[in-house]
Amino acid sequence: MTKEPKTDRDKGRVVRVRQRAIGRELRRMYDDVAREPIPDEFLDLLQKIDDSGKGGGKA
Amino acid sequence: MTGQDLHTIARDPGQPGDADEQFKSGLLELIPFLRAFARSLCGNPDMADDLAQEALVKAWQSRAMFTPGTNLKAWLFTILRNQFYSDRRRAWRQAGWDQDAAERIPGSSSDQIAAAELTDTARALRTLSDEQREALILVGAGGFSYEDAAAICGCAVGTVKSRVARARKSLLSLLDGDESLGSSERSAHGDAAHEIMAELDRLVPSGPGGTVRKRDKDEPR
Repeated sequence: MTKEPKTDRDKGRVVRVRQRAIGRELRRMYDDVAREPIPDEFLDLLQKIDDSGKGGGKA
Repeated sequence: MTGQDLHTIARDPGQPGDADEQFKSGLLELIPFLRAFARSLCGNPDMADDLAQEALVKAWQSRAMFTPGTNLKAWLFTILRNQFYSDRRRAWRQAGWDQDAAERIPGSSSDQIAAAELTDTARALRTLSDEQREALILVGAGGFSYEDAAAICGCAVGTVKSRVARARKSLLSLLDGDESLGSSERSAHGDAAHEIMAELDRLVPSGPGGTVRKRDKDEPR
């Protein structure tokens, strides 16, 4: 069982602890995606727009 | 020879090519973050990647409008965000006669199916308004200042601050009432609510106050 926070100070601390944990979870979710290797389709895309740039003038 | 002269005048020797190269490598570096932001906006991974690619193409086409030396990441995120909302407006308009498009609308049906696979925090995040979610992600996860986040979202700094504050509050109360999110049997890992309870047990009883910091155990998935 978890303790019921009694004083305002306790409550404030509980909120801060929870907020920090949620913040970490948010960053983890975001970082998980950011750490994935870049899918090939993105690299192909950059390559393609690069070629079209060198071709001079865009379609 | 005239042709060559014109060519030389039009393309200041060396410069534009270099600038384009620089711009492109800037885009390349930012792809991981662009994908992360896209994922947080629309939830569905495939749609998010489509969105991120659209944004990259648009950024490339608009590269002349970017001021070198300013924040490319914020500029790119702005493009992605605008793209997201305009795609979605279009999807909503089509929804009347194109059922497929309707089902692809970010934040609607298809997301809810995927939601079964998400952690409680991710599920709670989906219940926030778009404005609150994007503000919270930009500031809380993307590491943007309130000022940059305001520029990306096209609103006042104070507005971003209050959206972030409200988002935090809602998440907290949503995760408090864990059950209401329909949490499944998977209480496995990366679950903020459980992490919170564990941390509380550690901190609150003895509580030397303030600076207690336990090491982040970044659990492998």
